Amino acid sequence: MNAATSWTYVLRLGDDALVMSQRLGEWIATSPQLEEDVAVGNIALDLLGQARTLLTHAGELEGAGRDEDALAYFRDEREFTNVHLCELANGDFGHTMARLLVFSAYQSELYAQLSTSSDPTLAAVAAKALKEVSYHRDHATQWVLRLGDGTEESRRRMQAGIDAVWPYTFELFEADRLLDEQVEAGVAADPVAMQPPWSAYVTTVLQKATLALPTAVPAVTGGRRGIHTEQMGFLLAEMQHLARSHPGATW
Amino acid sequence: MSERPDRPARRDWPLWEIFVRSRRGLSHTHVGSLHAPDAEMALRNARDLYTRRQEGVSIWVVPAAQIVATSPDEKDAFFDPAADKIYRHPTFYDIPEGVDHL
Repeated sequence: MNAATSWTYVLRLGDDALVMSQRLGEWIATSPQLEEDVAVGNIALDLLGQARTLLTHAGELEGAGRDEDALAYFRDEREFTNVHLCELANGDFGHTMARLLVFSAYQSELYAQLSTSSDPTLAAVAAKALKEVSYHRDHATQWVLRLGDGTEESRRRMQAGIDAVWPYTFELFEADRLLDEQVEAGVAADPVAMQPPWSAYVTTVLQKATLALPTAVPAVTGGRRGIHTEQMGFLLAEMQHLARSHPGATW
Repeated sequence: MSERPDRPARRDWPLWEIFVRSRRGLSHTHVGSLHAPDAEMALRNARDLYTRRQEGVSIWVVPAAQIVATSPDEKDAFFDPAADKIYRHPTFYDIPEGVDHL
């Protein structure tokens, strides 16, 4: 174990993956096509797998005896450190694919950097997850291209989706003291280095999809400090209800 | 979320037949079919539907409409004449002792 790694940093990564997974899971049985149910379900499960490993690692680093379940199901809203982008309600399919595009493009840069982290556990998780998120990014890209460069209606919805999620992308690259220290220690991925390739990838996809690059200003942030949007409480209620009603339940 | 876009268009998605090669050296085998708007998406859907449990190392997708198949009506003419031609099977040779399989 690497003492230089902040458990809070690992928690942030785990919370992003967990909350994003929960949102994607909502599409199962309601997506546009049976095939897409499975595809989105696969992506959600990949993210859940990442979340489990990351939360377990965070719990070990914290040293207070909390495991992945304790962190996922028995923390309240103010203790969650995910970015707002992940917790936003799904909207329509275009909105969901817009979010998946910007988020998986971010995760691709994140895990590429983390695969050389000085924390060996983080490096191992990242190396495995990189293949997964490359596929997520590809899946989102394919849909953004087809819907953006599709019918008038699909184009309108795809543009609306991108415009809606864009203000929340800035938080992905927001630095604070903790992150700066972790970057300095060689543990964390540096947002300054991640942003340009992220921007290049997303911009290229939007251009190919004949979509306009949004000009929206950044949304108010705060997810890393436990300040969330009003949609977060509903998500947690659904996600945590069973575990809290029946603590320790197994099947 | 409550919106249900493209209900009619969804039915227009063509059917694709999926072939998966389970490992190097084996042939691609038909595993099933799925709907997808185009070939690229068909490949991705096939990856998600048919290789979730490491079933494959290669996938082919073929538009179902492009497959020319024998008709059940022609079954007799196509296949029955082979039924009584046992000399086409290599069953008239003595297998040398100690050889289990030929």
